[in-house]
Amino acid sequence: MKDVIEGRVWVLGADVDTDQIISGKYLTIIDPNELKKHVFEIALPEFAAEAHAGDIIVADENFACGSSREHAPQAMRAIGVGAVVADSFARIFYRNSINLGIPTVEVRGVRKIFEKGDTARIEMSAGRVTNLRTGAFVTFPPLPPHLLHLLEVGGLVEKVRVELERRRTAVGTPP
Amino acid sequence: MNPSHGHGQTLAEKILGRAGGLDRVVPGQIVEGKVDLAMMHEQGAQTVGPFHQMGAEKVWDPERVVIAIDHWVPASTEGAAILHRILRKFAAETHLPHFYDVGNHGICHQILAENGWVVPGDLAVGTDSHTNMLGAMGAVAAGIGPTEMAAVLALGELWLKVPPTLQVRVRGRFGRGVTAKDLVLRILGEIKTTGATYKAVEFSGPTIERLSMPERFTICNMTTEMGAKTGMVAPDQTTFDYLAPIAKHAMHPLRPDSDAHYERTLDIDVEGMPPMVACPYSPDNVRPLPDVVKEHVKVDQVFLGSCTNARIEDLREGAAMMKGHKVASGVRFIVSPASTKIYQQCLEEGIIETFTTAGAVFTNSSCSACFGGNMGILAPDEVCASSSNRNFPGRMGAKEARIYLLSPTATVAAAIRGELADPRDLM
Repeated sequence: MKDVIEGRVWVLGADVDTDQIISGKYLTIIDPNELKKHVFEIALPEFAAEAHAGDIIVADENFACGSSREHAPQAMRAIGVGAVVADSFARIFYRNSINLGIPTVEVRGVRKIFEKGDTARIEMSAGRVTNLRTGAFVTFPPLPPHLLHLLEVGGLVEKVRVELERRRTAVGTPP
Repeated sequence: MNPSHGHGQTLAEKILGRAGGLDRVVPGQIVEGKVDLAMMHEQGAQTVGPFHQMGAEKVWDPERVVIAIDHWVPASTEGAAILHRILRKFAAETHLPHFYDVGNHGICHQILAENGWVVPGDLAVGTDSHTNMLGAMGAVAAGIGPTEMAAVLALGELWLKVPPTLQVRVRGRFGRGVTAKDLVLRILGEIKTTGATYKAVEFSGPTIERLSMPERFTICNMTTEMGAKTGMVAPDQTTFDYLAPIAKHAMHPLRPDSDAHYERTLDIDVEGMPPMVACPYSPDNVRPLPDVVKEHVKVDQVFLGSCTNARIEDLREGAAMMKGHKVASGVRFIVSPASTKIYQQCLEEGIIETFTTAGAVFTNSSCSACFGGNMGILAPDEVCASSSNRNFPGRMGAKEARIYLLSPTATVAAAIRGELADPRDLM
């Protein structure tokens, strides 16, 4: 994970639930490259066709509330979303998104300093999000160490892979 | 609204302390918790890839893993059939014996409840957001995603931030035609969909103590819509009586300290409370049902089902109201029991006959119309009265469709009248 992340911004309102990110009718799709064709179909219909790798999602409160479906962050990762920033998140999405290695940051007041198409700069360790068009910025408490570590190793799969490897080696070592 | 500032611990703190092997935990603390029960439904198919990528070779404890397919049962699309096949293969390869497959199926949370898979003191996780329902057993039960589930299957533990607890104390007696669903809708209307984000919700008070387990399931189920990590009721004789014949593993009953510290306390008096309804497009857009009835909201479809309200008690009350009436002309009424066991009870008690004679469709047990991906899908601008838990845009099909969330008897009243109706007028 880069410490400074920059990208073009897409904005979303409050209470955008997971049905509006990946609708229930697509839940039998496993391939993230198929899923990404339908991401934000209800909340932001032009997103799937126009989004580029590195784009940043900026949302208002309670982003991705609703179901536990990991299809939502999977589809965003398949597009190459650079970061997801919101005034607040629903808890399961927050975990899912970080587990998949997507920089996911709760920043109070962030939605109101951005318009669609602005460029955002996120400084992860400094705890600051800046609108490079207007110069407006908001600060946030940096992520706790265990979450930063998860993002740095690239997500939960890699973290557990290393942990299982460590345990196997430990078991194999004579006392 | 008078937070207690004691030094004792809440129920969630005690359970997470136990899961983490710690005497005392405080909100905000990260706990590596040992998992007592892990549940997967179809989303578990997405657990298999990460499980192998992690290099995991076996599941930490196959006796603590339940697979219960429920969203597309029997498979209604090729995609769903593939998800089911992935799960069957995984269960065979990793020797998971507790697979509730087609014919022995039900909504995953109901399967956990009626088979005693979650007991007091447990830390339970599931790949569905309404896993919160099982907190009614006096447990911490939370939804997680499939990649996280892969880590749980591999390690038997997961990290959790100890949540602050919102205490909801309820007093008063429900009036005729008023139910636990109306109570939880009212709470949602007060605290909104972000009112308990990251928090545990602990229900207590004389009204809660009088509730049956199915009623406790309903209120804990919809703490998900409040954003909560879990909803819970401290275990008591009602819990023990329900679980005694079915508990799958040892109970560790814990109760909150009398001087526990709550972030916030909400006091609710249900005396005189009318039936409630959550109007489009949010479960927190709650109004007294009699006010909305005056607006003559015509319905195209009615759904009595879902993990929130499709237990035998819900269907019995619904059938008692349905008896002697017909489904209104032009209305489609779908009734879906929460499990095969409940289906069989409905058959024995004549409930299926009552509903089908009246003109309803009585389906096999599944999530059914609740999630807009299997059956009972709404066309643009259609209106649905539903006993389920969410009414966000697009939840049951077209994004323009309008969903009203109600108690089971209020859905039946809507099916009979063809528009939203006060169930008390039909009792």
